[in-house]
Amino acid sequence: MTLAEKQPLIEVKHLKEYFNISTGMFRTKPLKAVDDVSFAINKGETLGLVGESGCGKTTVGRTLLHLYKPTDGEIIYEGKQIKSREDIKSFRKKATMVFQDPYSSLNPRMTVSDIIGEPLDVHKLTKGKKERMERILELMSYVGLNSEHAARYAHEFSGGQRQRIGIARSLAVNPDFIVCDEPVSALDVSIQAQVINMFDELQEKLNLTYLFIAHDLLVVRHISDRIAVMYLGRMVELAPAAEIYDRPLHPYSQSLLSAVPVPDPKVARANKRIVLTGDIPSPLNAPSGCPFRTRCKYATEKCAESMPPFEEISTGHFVACHRVAEIND
Amino acid sequence: MALLEVKNLKTSFFTDAGEVKAVNDVSFSLDRGKVLGIVGESGSGKSVTAYSIMQILAGSGKIVDGSIKLDGQELVGAGEKVMKNVRGNKISIIFQDPMTSLNPTYTIGKQLMEAILLHTDRDRKQAYDRAVEMLRLVNVNEPERRMKQYPYEFSGGMRQRVMIAMALACEPEILIADEPTTALDVTIQAQILELMGSLQKELGMAIIMITHDLGVVAQICDEVIVMYAGSICEQGTADEIFYNPCHEYTKGLMRSIPTADTAGTKLQPITGTPIDLLNMPKGCPFAPRCDNAMKICINHRAERMMINENHAATCWMNVKKGVESGEIELDTKGGDDLG
Repeated sequence: MTLAEKQPLIEVKHLKEYFNISTGMFRTKPLKAVDDVSFAINKGETLGLVGESGCGKTTVGRTLLHLYKPTDGEIIYEGKQIKSREDIKSFRKKATMVFQDPYSSLNPRMTVSDIIGEPLDVHKLTKGKKERMERILELMSYVGLNSEHAARYAHEFSGGQRQRIGIARSLAVNPDFIVCDEPVSALDVSIQAQVINMFDELQEKLNLTYLFIAHDLLVVRHISDRIAVMYLGRMVELAPAAEIYDRPLHPYSQSLLSAVPVPDPKVARANKRIVLTGDIPSPLNAPSGCPFRTRCKYATEKCAESMPPFEEISTGHFVACHRVAEIND
Repeated sequence: MALLEVKNLKTSFFTDAGEVKAVNDVSFSLDRGKVLGIVGESGSGKSVTAYSIMQILAGSGKIVDGSIKLDGQELVGAGEKVMKNVRGNKISIIFQDPMTSLNPTYTIGKQLMEAILLHTDRDRKQAYDRAVEMLRLVNVNEPERRMKQYPYEFSGGMRQRVMIAMALACEPEILIADEPTTALDVTIQAQILELMGSLQKELGMAIIMITHDLGVVAQICDEVIVMYAGSICEQGTADEIFYNPCHEYTKGLMRSIPTADTAGTKLQPITGTPIDLLNMPKGCPFAPRCDNAMKICINHRAERMMINENHAATCWMNVKKGVESGEIELDTKGGDDLG
């Protein structure tokens, strides 16, 4: 898309987000939900973020928007670090979020026009009732809702339409950057495609930049320019979308991608899946060194000793694995 | 003879707003050792079909008409006594959400043993051994220790394994899996599907796999039923459904899934919103969303047509295609409607 103008819109450096979990009276232990994650998203680009539940992908999205206060690390927007309260307030006019569950993220007591109008009121973006209503109707038309929907309540809509309302709300402040947290995973296949197309169209029309978080790898592949893979709070691989699918280098990405059920019986039968044994370890007792080593068939002593650095293997392709060169020979 | 034969099954829910025909004239048969996939979106009636077979419908739901034969024995109207013997013994079910389908206040061992004690003649000692054996079969580590644990100590994938162990403990002939992997991550999903596939071969049971994920279907199903608004719109072998879809809805579904080839292009979604089961159209239920709907589709529901011996669909487009290729001849009166 606009990869030519390689200007990072938002940049994250060594982001850490630890939650203190109580483990008994007066005792707490840090849960490292996000640990030392760095990446940048260019203007007009879509970065896909994938991983299993509990890997910290949602926390990255929320911390990025300062919905959680980062434990450590920098968030840089358009070259300026976001830190003070004023920074955060003006940042929230440029960066918004679309949530996963369209059933619980809309207030059942508010009409559609009030839901979409709320950000306008909070940031005082419109003057007078007439202008406010015009803006609401404009936003609704962006997402394929018509004016007669404005006075209705969320429960009167289907899942797909509710997600449209949520998207219209996130567009209200005229943002440049949207964190989409699993925006289509609660939708049926036939509706999912409609909403994905809408994300595409809005990106072109409004010149938006997305961080697209999802666990459905086929959806992420379709919509993203680049894809990042997370495991247990760490980013293990980051590469252009086509490259990560054709040539995943980290053993975790390899097994994750091979586990995706392909909707094609012949391919599925021929497919050799790399089935991982066991479950993700608890982030409270993360393994030493490489977080993936307990499930990795290539793990050696070195993997237990130190965390592999997140290195650029080839242009734009980052991997965190000690044995990346040997494995992919 | 087929192991399970469902004929013209109609199940309705009687609500204050009126009768909801959740399953409307569904027929299929399942042979021993086969995996049948039922695909459809929410509200298409795929789960209600399964619940009707088990007769575990909610209070307002009722089988209105049709027949369900297991090994030649009629189950509709057979009574609770017969059904108690069928459930768990002959047909078992795994539910979608492993988080809520286990009782949080009992140990895993107690819950597993309960199923075994209820359905077999085993005494407590034998039931315990059987439960441990089942946990080992579904690859749960240290089964003896795990028996004493509570559900909260298990991860999602582990709980689903326990559910599978419980369902298989009495060696059912049919296992109904209602979206068994929807709540799980892909790597765990791969583990569970692999496990189900190998158990199915080992134990020779038949599986009814209910899912909305065509990828899961492609992976393990021999035959597929596609449902929309309570009716079957297409059924056939997995290869026929995927490589030769003959219903506009199935075609639309296939087109709307993102694949490696669609990156950077627009998806072709099915337009419109899912149907309201309280206000069903007169003709084909998919006609309001179908791009190729003809006059006849709006007024008349298509009959089940055989495409070939392994494939049936209920779509007028097949007649149109037949007429155009000269395979079917129509009297002039019918010709108008196919446009």
